[in-house]
This record gives sequence, C-alpha cells and structure tokens, in this order.
Amino acid sequence: MLAFIVRRVAIIVPTLLFVTILIFGLQQLLPGDPAVVLAGEERDPNVVAYLREKLHLDEPLPVRYFYWIKGVVRGDLGDSLRMQKPVSELILEKLPVTLELAGFAIVIALLIGIPAGIVSAVKRGTAWDYGANVVALWGLSTPNFWLGIMLILLFSVTLGWLPASGFVSPFEDWRANVASLIMPAFVLGNAIAAVLMRHTRSAMLQVLSSDYVRTARAKGLPETSVVLKHALRNALIPVITLGALELGTLLSGAVLTEQVFSIPGFGKLIVDAVFNRDYAVVQGVVLFTATAYIVLNLIADILYVIVNPRIRFG
Amino acid sequence: MRKIGIFARGFAVALAALALNGGLAQAQTLRIGLAEDPDVLDPTLARTFVGRIVFAALCDKLFDIDEKLNIVPQLATAYEWSADSKALTLKLRPNVTFHDGEKLDAAAVKYSLERHKTMPGSNRRGELALVASVDVVDPMTVRLNLSAPFSPLLAQLADRAGMIVSPKAAQAEGDKFGAKPVCAGPFRFVERIAQDRIVLERFPNYWDKGNIHFDRLVYLPIVDSTVRLANLRSGQLDFIERMAPSDVPQLKSDSRFKIAKIVEIGYQGITINVGKSDLAQKNPLGKDPRVREAFELALDRDGIVQVVMEGEALVGNQWVAPTNTFYAKSMPVPKRDVARAKALLAEAGVPSPSFTLMTPTTSDAQKIAQVVQAMAKEAGFDVKLQSTEFATSLDMADKGQYDAYVLAWSGRADPDGNIFSFDACKQPLNYAGYCKPEVDEILTKSRTARDPAERKKLFEQLAAIALKDRPIVYLYHRNWLWAYAAKLSGLRTVPDGLVRVQGLKFN
Repeated sequence: MLAFIVRRVAIIVPTLLFVTILIFGLQQLLPGDPAVVLAGEERDPNVVAYLREKLHLDEPLPVRYFYWIKGVVRGDLGDSLRMQKPVSELILEKLPVTLELAGFAIVIALLIGIPAGIVSAVKRGTAWDYGANVVALWGLSTPNFWLGIMLILLFSVTLGWLPASGFVSPFEDWRANVASLIMPAFVLGNAIAAVLMRHTRSAMLQVLSSDYVRTARAKGLPETSVVLKHALRNALIPVITLGALELGTLLSGAVLTEQVFSIPGFGKLIVDAVFNRDYAVVQGVVLFTATAYIVLNLIADILYVIVNPRIRFG
Repeated sequence: MRKIGIFARGFAVALAALALNGGLAQAQTLRIGLAEDPDVLDPTLARTFVGRIVFAALCDKLFDIDEKLNIVPQLATAYEWSADSKALTLKLRPNVTFHDGEKLDAAAVKYSLERHKTMPGSNRRGELALVASVDVVDPMTVRLNLSAPFSPLLAQLADRAGMIVSPKAAQAEGDKFGAKPVCAGPFRFVERIAQDRIVLERFPNYWDKGNIHFDRLVYLPIVDSTVRLANLRSGQLDFIERMAPSDVPQLKSDSRFKIAKIVEIGYQGITINVGKSDLAQKNPLGKDPRVREAFELALDRDGIVQVVMEGEALVGNQWVAPTNTFYAKSMPVPKRDVARAKALLAEAGVPSPSFTLMTPTTSDAQKIAQVVQAMAKEAGFDVKLQSTEFATSLDMADKGQYDAYVLAWSGRADPDGNIFSFDACKQPLNYAGYCKPEVDEILTKSRTARDPAERKKLFEQLAAIALKDRPIVYLYHRNWLWAYAAKLSGLRTVPDGLVRVQGLKFN
C-alpha cells in the first residue's frame, strides 16, 4: 500500500514538469507581443522596451521558462502586470468564488437531474418521460449566455427579485451572496442537470430490468422502496462519477456564465488575462488548476485502492 | 391553481428579501457601471481609458478640461508662460491635503512630475518628454523648464500626467502604489476586488467638499452592455457609461432614466499602410493616393454611422470632430461620389483594386468593415475582410503586415494628442508608415505656437496635406452614451468621456 502511494506520488513530479512545459510552450504560440498590449493605447516605445525587459521577452524561450519555473518552485507564481498584484493572491481571491458557484451549480443539477431521470425511467413511455426528455434537451441545447440574459431580464429587470449581476461575499452578507449566485448557478446547473437526467434515466432503466429488482418486486416490496432503495443506489454509481467530472470542469471556470453575470471567478480571470496577454496570470491559473486535477486524481486513486484491494496488484 | 399562486408569491417574497438586504445602508452611495475593468490605479503606470474614469474621483490634476475643452484650474490656480515659451510657472491651490493628511505643496508636485518622468514603466514619460526639470520656486509655486516649447503641455497636465500623488505614500509603496493609491481627489481609496469592484469613500478634507454629495462610490466593471443596462434598470446601478446605441430608443421611453450624450474627442478610422512596410508599395491602395481618394469617395459616412452606431455618432473626416475649434473648415467632410471614385480608379489604371481590411474582433469594428466592403464594391474595390484578435492585429499593424486596418483612438483634449504620434515620421502610433518632412515641420511648429489662432492656421495647413495623402481615413466620432437614474442630477458632459463627480447628487 505504502509503496503504491509512493509510486503514485513520484509520478506526479514528472507529470507536473511536463504540464509546466506544455503551459509555457502553448502560451508562446499566442500571436501578439505582450509588451505592446500591456503598454496600453499610447504604446510608448520606452514602456514597451521596459516591459520586454521585465518579462524577459528578448531572451530565448528556455531561459524564460527557467525564470518562471525558478519562481514556481519557490511558490512564487509572479505578478499580474495588468493588476499589479501577485498571481497567487489573485488565485486565492477567485478560488472561493468559483468553488461556491460550482458547488451551487452541482447541487442544482443534482436536484433537477436525478429526480427527473428517475421519473422518466419509472414512467417510461408516458407523457412524464417525454416531458422530462424535452426539458433535458432544452437544457442541453440552450446557450448559457442567452439563458443568462433572459433570466436577468425576467428576474431582475421585470420582476426586480434578484440582482442582475455581480457577486457579494458570504462573509459580507450571506443572503445577498445567495441572491447573487442563484441565477448563474441555475444556468450552469441547468445544462449539467440535462446530462445527469439522461444518464440517470438510462442507468435506472438498466437496473430496473435486472433480476434483483424483479426479485424485490416479487417479494412484494412497495414500488417506492424498490425504486429508491434498491434500484437507485446502483444506478447512481455512474451518475456520481459523471457529476464529479462535471464539477471538475466547473472548477476550471465557467467563462461565459461568469462574463454574463460579472462573477469574478477563475473563468473571467483567465479570459481577461489571455486577451491582455498577462502571461503570469494565465500560466499561474492553468498550472494551479492542472495541479488541483492531478492531486484530486491521486486522491481518487488512493481511495480506490483502499476501497477495492484488488487494484493494489493491478 | 391557487396553490401555485401562493407558492409563487412565497418564492417572490423570499427572493426579494434576499435581494433587498442592505439597501437602506447604501442611501448615499453612487454605483457606476463601467464597460471594462480598469488596469492598475497608479497615475504614472495607468494605461486604459476606463481607469481614467476612476481617477476622476480619486486623483485631482493640476488642470481639468471643461465641456468646451477649455483648460480650467484644478490643483493649479494660475499659470504663466515665459516669453520664450520654455518655462511654465504654476501657482498651486493653497490648503490642499492628500488622503493621508500630507500637505500638497510645490515639493509634492515636483515629486509627482519627476516620478512620472523617471519611474520604470511610466506611461507618462512620453507626455512629459519635453519637461527637462521642475523647480520649486516657493512652497506654493513650481516652474516646469522645457527643453523646447510645447504648447500641448497644459492639456497633458489636465490628464494623468498632471495627477499629483502623495510623496510619502508613493515612496513607501513603490511600484505597488496602485494597489492603494493616495491622491488629493474628492474620494479616497477603500478597496478593490479585481474584476469585481472598486470602492471609494468621500474624503472629508477635500478642497472643494461643498460640491461632493455622495459618501461612497462603487465602480462595477460589467463588460456586457445588455447586463450593464439590466443592472441600471433593476436599480443595482445608478449610472452606466458607454451604453449600446441600440438600447437608446428603449430607454428613452422609460421615465425612470435619463440619457446624456456628448461627441467624443477621439475618432474611428481606417489606417492605411502607405509606407510601414514593403506591402505598401505592392498594393494600389498604399501606393497611389488617387486610389485612396477613390476609396474615401466610395464611402457614405452617414450610412456607416446609421448602420454601425444607429446614428449615435458625428460623421467626420479629420482627427478632431467638426465641432472642435481646431477642425479645418477648408476641408469639409466629402460627400459620397461613386462616379468620381470610378473615374479616379480608371485614371490610376486599376479599375478594380483589391486589398485586405484588417479588423479587431469587436462588433463595431466588424460592422464598419462589412459596410465599408459593400460600399467600396460599388466603386470597383474588392475588399477582403480579415478579422483578427486585437492584440494580434496590433502586432501585425506594428510590423506593417496589413493593407488597411480599422482602428479607433480614444482622443486627447489637445489636437496634438490626436495627430502627432500618428502622422509624424517614425512615431510609435504611426502604423500607416506616413512620413513627410513638411508635415513634421508643421507639427513641430504647432507644438511651439501658443496662440490658438496661430495653431488653428497650422492645423489647416496640415489638413490640406495629410487629408489628401490619407494615411488615415477618418470616419466618425462616437457619442459617449451615459444612462442614469432620473433622480441623479448635476451631471456634466465633457467630451473626454470621464464621469466628474463634483456636483453630482440625488434629488
């Protein structure tokens, strides 16, 4: 067991090294001189020259990579040139926002997706099933930014129930925090709910036709008990895996939704950084998310081993 | 049915309770929606237009400009040029303090101007390039010594170059000053959450505090204009800058809001590669002034303004708008003349010239390109469109890898700021690669001359040459469109597009 963990952790180092090279290399493919973009509208040649020097832009690629990685190893991700702030500080500022939004979204997705999936599987072929499918299809095919703007027009402009955009920290005012996240979380959750609903439905259909469910019914158990206690538990395994994957995607930032609702999260941070060629921010955020993915994967692997001893020998 | 009704009402009450929290405590707060997130809030390093909107409440300047672009006093109460125009003496406003309680005096002004000139990465260095040294004459008087006469200097001092920062704070914070700026404006810095909000609070010792009627200012960057407007309409914002022209009719009919507009000091135009690289000589548009004239004659500026800006712009053909004092009246906006354009092309021997028009990916620029393409086609031009992400397009323009380029300029109060860097040889913004000794000579003279009438004459001469060479075909000057709650009064519409908080209040 210990050897397994050590082996897995040892693999992380070269993986991360490869990731840093990839992030750094891909970014260099972006056309446009970052110094020119950062120098602003005037583009004073002195400023451009100063920025080029500061960003080491005149030096060869491997040297620049070395400058960056030297800082990263010491925990210094560099400073955002546009915002004049350390990248690590920006990440810490945005991470809670993104985590909260992602959490809300996944809860909404589960609350809608799983009951809808169960109903459409149990009531297969009825109006309930078709209705749920139509809703799922609608959720999947509605663009986030469009749904977002429509919700704003309805709930903020016409009805005046919710703030149109922006984010309020829960420590400042938890009710305002919830109010500011309902709409963006619904927009994100809505699309995921559709995926979850489709998967729950097919998993449920498979399980409901299995032998043990027939046995349970034969024993005379009430239908709700058969569906919720016996069938759902098994059907949920692939759905939970899928939900976790979707959560991972949400954590790397929901670009369009954050843009529409002006939520200062990861998505907005990275998109603005790309357009402003704020290299340190792009590199820092991507490296952070990649590391988080790798570490989460490692934890999952270790958990598998603990849960299922057969894997130890795999 | 009844059940659903009760449920919906309960839901509404719950949501409203969530949304309305804290509404009473913010009674004297003005919430302003910005179209972008400002960059660093250090007047020396700052480089974006949107940042200047925040500075207007945070950092006072030596001078300001008024609605008619006149230079008016702010931190300097009087000025005097030396006879040879090489020294500018400024009298400072007495009893002004910075947000940290430090006194604003001649030494502080000297410190700030020298910081603008020497700080690594300063964006003000070019603007103050001709200021050779700054002398403290007495505690309330400074003298700026110039290496050559430079009449646009006053206008520069009415912008970020004239912002005075607290020397104590600036020395302590170094290049991190922008994270917690300390100036002498009506509001002081409270906090900033990147991409979310900038909060300022009223500075009780402001020299003009009688004109300040809010306790707090909150700037919220909301990029999407529809969402910005929705925030205004739902009451989360009191003021939005740069509303979309297409939203004007809808908001006009709503009595809860008002719209203010003013023609910008900048312009929208098409820069043509006339000498930036070898490409200029390979393309009839860059090579032959007659082809460029034909191109301009093929354009119907009114039509462009209607389609792109829904009429919310003033057509123009120069670096300043026709309403500007320095507009050369001898060169009015040409009318569309397709027949003459065709004749010119025939004369130039290229009846159907082809070129690529590069545009950034903003929707305005794209619309311009499409309309221009259609209009120019009628005269025989084959315009190919190439939409390119902004940073990349700048890079290509800088390297001369383009034929024509849709590019806007936010404008400066003095016409020099709209023309010198674009038309003088080898200047950084001269993407056209335009270079003519007589143009450089006139431009230099216009910087030396102090008499507005004399400068006006020089700009007329300049227009006669540059508008015929057409390194830039100017199209129009946008309206700054602001929308705000009807209860807000005291708004001043100054063509630089900045929101001045002095005098603003809720009725």
